[in-house]
Amino acid sequence: MTQVAAIDRVERERSPSHRLLVTGLSILVVVLLIASLSIGYAPLDVKQALLDALSGRHTLGALVLVELRLPRALLGGLVGFSLGMTGAAMQGLMRNPLAEPGIIGVSGSAAFGAVLTFYFGFAGAFSFALPLGGIAGAFGATLLLFMLAGRGAGTMTLILAGVAINSFAGALTALALNLAANPFAVTEIVFWLMGSFSDRSLPYVWLVLPLMAIGWGLIGVSGPALDALTLGEETATSLGVNLPRLRLQLIAGTAFAVGSAVAVTGSIGFVGLVVPHILRPLVAHRPGRLLLVSGLGGAALTLAADIGIRLLPVQPELKLGVVTAIIGAPFLFSLIFRLRREE
Amino acid sequence: MEIAAKDLAVRFGRVTLLRKINVRIRDGEMVGLIGPNGSGKTTLLRILANLRSPDEGTVSYTGRSAAEVGARRLSQQIAYLAQAADVHWPMRVETLVGLGRLPHRRPMRGFSSDDRMAIERAMVACDVIAFRDRTMSEVSGGERLRILLARALAVEAEMLLADEPIAALDPLHQLQVMELLRCTAREGRGVVVVLHDLALAARYCDRLVLLAGGSILAEGKPDNVLTDAHIARAYGVDVVRGHKDGVPYLLPWLPSAASCRSSSVSAIGRTGQRVGADQ
Repeated sequence: MTQVAAIDRVERERSPSHRLLVTGLSILVVVLLIASLSIGYAPLDVKQALLDALSGRHTLGALVLVELRLPRALLGGLVGFSLGMTGAAMQGLMRNPLAEPGIIGVSGSAAFGAVLTFYFGFAGAFSFALPLGGIAGAFGATLLLFMLAGRGAGTMTLILAGVAINSFAGALTALALNLAANPFAVTEIVFWLMGSFSDRSLPYVWLVLPLMAIGWGLIGVSGPALDALTLGEETATSLGVNLPRLRLQLIAGTAFAVGSAVAVTGSIGFVGLVVPHILRPLVAHRPGRLLLVSGLGGAALTLAADIGIRLLPVQPELKLGVVTAIIGAPFLFSLIFRLRREE
Repeated sequence: MEIAAKDLAVRFGRVTLLRKINVRIRDGEMVGLIGPNGSGKTTLLRILANLRSPDEGTVSYTGRSAAEVGARRLSQQIAYLAQAADVHWPMRVETLVGLGRLPHRRPMRGFSSDDRMAIERAMVACDVIAFRDRTMSEVSGGERLRILLARALAVEAEMLLADEPIAALDPLHQLQVMELLRCTAREGRGVVVVLHDLALAARYCDRLVLLAGGSILAEGKPDNVLTDAHIARAYGVDVVRGHKDGVPYLLPWLPSAASCRSSSVSAIGRTGQRVGADQ
């Protein structure tokens, strides 16, 4: 092939389909965000409410929009993006389609941290206690993970350490439930653990947004290294990938993004597992390209599920974590059957 | 570029796998690393590629340590093809070959036209251009090996270290790959290749390093290394020799009377040296 022909091919292959995919998903997320703002239990003229809010008029519509629907929609997008992106990152790092953000124990520990604030009554006394407790739990788990796994730990050791931390956090959460003297606290903890975006305020968004952004940044720059990891750790190293640094970057990124997500919304499972799996063929199985696409897909799925909950004629409102688990589990079953056929 | 290993020793627990290994690889030569199973060929290759550290000794790259050269520069200078390398996601063939350009890419940038030309050259050289648009799950085992070799060639490094690149290839592609590696060396690059096929090693390599019993049993031109005595000592087999069109060839040979005797098989020691009664 001549040089000109090869470069022509390059120009053709600057992946218009990838750009199209990213643009399409971005538009979908924006549409779902608008839909999430428009849909609720009370009728609301969103346009008028938005005008009121922007002009500083404290009307009921403006209050509903800013205090209830906006944080719910924003958190839906942010948490979904975090779960989708970190799921893709963990699957790329572990080179396993069954890996998910919780595999390193961060979700379970963030949930335990938040549960402790309920247990000791801080959650009722101080509104930021709950997310701060969750974030502290996530960071405690990350520190413990690196202490357990040691310096330069291999991927298998990290998985084992993550499983151990998850089990321990689960056991401690159960212990907190077991020892809780107040039955209302138990109910509150159990409902919170199911995961939801309702009744969160805008300050929660501002609290977690910078932490999530740090996580996205750490993960987002690791795309080429994740692509190289497709060839195995040894070959990736020969291509200049610093594996210990990559692991640290991805785990810290996941801790920031997922730890803060769980801290404000509770446990929302399956998004980080299912979304990368569905979208992987659309990026030609490139782990690096999957990161952003999976983030957008996660945001879309979470927003859509949260809208669906509000449209369902079921009261009390279903918890989002329950719905994502019910939708996600059949995907997991189909994935297992597909893997069985490939073996 | 020159890779020089000095007084290398490698231990796994109490077992000494390699000791007092001194090897020098220069530009423009093709060096074959040969030896029986477990003789430490892959370990030595990984040390030369700076993928593991020796327990003793040093490796220098044109007189400088790996730390002085820097990981990024070293990844541009040395291409490594792992033995039976895994491919974890079914990427497109061309995308996978393109991973070889990773050491040359600047952060947040796509492929340059130089990168693209290198990928094209590597795919043409390894005869994989016809299935560039297939995914890795749609190619055969032999095609997969050639794609992985193309990935290593796409680095266009000064030194190519390849661990058994012709295992599982059909005879035509074995010969083509060996020709390709020799051409790569003739272009001025260094090539180190781990081989089990002594005939191909003799025919294509400029120099051979025969490992046995944890150290270098022989090193030099193929004629001087692949003597009957060296082969018997390293592998515990005889050799049949001949000529085809003036080119010498050799064939490892185990006398048929001994081949089915389990005692003779079990009598082959760890270094491959036969100590049975049929010697």
